[in-house]
Amino acid sequence: MWEKMIAYIMTHGDALLVQIGTHLWISLAALAAAILIGAPCGYLAADSPGIEKWISAPFHVLRVIPSLAILVLLIPIAGTGALPAVIALTILAVPPVLLNTIVGFRDVPPFMTESAAGIGMTDREILWKVRIPLALPMIFAGIRTALVEVIASAALAARIGAGGLGEVIFTGLGLNRMDLLLLGGTLVAALSLLCGGLFDALTRRLMPYRQL
Amino acid sequence: MIKFLTRHPEKIYIPLLEHIQLVFLTLVISVAIASILTLLCMRSERLSIWLQQLLAVVYSIPSLALFAILIPVTGLGRTTAVIALTAYNQYLLLRNFTTGLQEVDSAVTDAAKGIGMTWLQVLTRVQIPLAKRALFAGIRLAVVSTIGIGTIAASINAGGLGTLLFDGLRTMNMPRILWGSILSAGLAIVTNALLKAVEDHL
Repeated sequence: MWEKMIAYIMTHGDALLVQIGTHLWISLAALAAAILIGAPCGYLAADSPGIEKWISAPFHVLRVIPSLAILVLLIPIAGTGALPAVIALTILAVPPVLLNTIVGFRDVPPFMTESAAGIGMTDREILWKVRIPLALPMIFAGIRTALVEVIASAALAARIGAGGLGEVIFTGLGLNRMDLLLLGGTLVAALSLLCGGLFDALTRRLMPYRQL
Repeated sequence: MIKFLTRHPEKIYIPLLEHIQLVFLTLVISVAIASILTLLCMRSERLSIWLQQLLAVVYSIPSLALFAILIPVTGLGRTTAVIALTAYNQYLLLRNFTTGLQEVDSAVTDAAKGIGMTWLQVLTRVQIPLAKRALFAGIRLAVVSTIGIGTIAASINAGGLGTLLFDGLRTMNMPRILWGSILSAGLAIVTNALLKAVEDHL
């Protein structure tokens, strides 16, 4: 088994690197899109209960829907390939970012914003110097959840022709090759744990003032 | 879509039943294991921290990867699926069980000990009744996550609604894709709503 795995890495090393690259690229693109959509919407929703009612209910439902269903359901609409995969993964990644952003801004204690206003900060200063820094740990926790979910689902995206490390696993399943299954599984797991760890380090670096 | 339903009803309800069966089986095993682990964790703080960290790592392994790694060990099929799904559930269940029990007011548990209850009596007559909503919330989360990850288990021949999705995908058969998506999404949403309703009544 080990010899077979090492032999595969030797012969298909370049292909593996491309697959790792694709996997990362798809995941990070979807995550970036989800942050760009989720964080501003979350901010708006946190400020007005009217919008929040409309935004948060459908996204709570969206969180419950199995990721495979979303991925597969998008094919008739968007076709196969990398772009539909990014779209599907973005849909999966928005809810955790958005819902955590709402909670993050909600949980900023009123006395903080009031005292900021009291020392003469403008609304813009209060937003950038008080509310965002205090909401950020919660938002980052949401981004981390989204990151792990996206990397996991990107493995499934190989099924809709998006490439990535899922290809190794699905090939292994198709050919009943244990070495490919073990290799693909380990690489995807390692990628997920590594990205999670790096993200934790980034969070600690950016926000030494508050640990979640 | 309707034609597919009337012509091959068994291709839709058998996966649905298989799926429910898979979820139920996983749930029973998970809750049993999680209960034992919770009891152990209440006894030892160090074990609790260590176990939570380990389970968090397991939880962040993508399901397809975990299935792939388990196949050389336990083979294709439902056993592997149940093992992986149970492992994921432990994280959700243990976290909710321990925090739920810990959040019971210590004045109440101390009073219970004071009137001479044994720890088992304190647990079953005081802590569990008071924490039942938190405990149930953990079970709801676990069920919904099992329904979702359970679809992926079809890739390792464990049956369930994922078969409709993967088969539909391979043959580009729209009715299958649609039925698979609608049923798995519907099952998750309906189950979540039902359990939520029960939870609010507790």
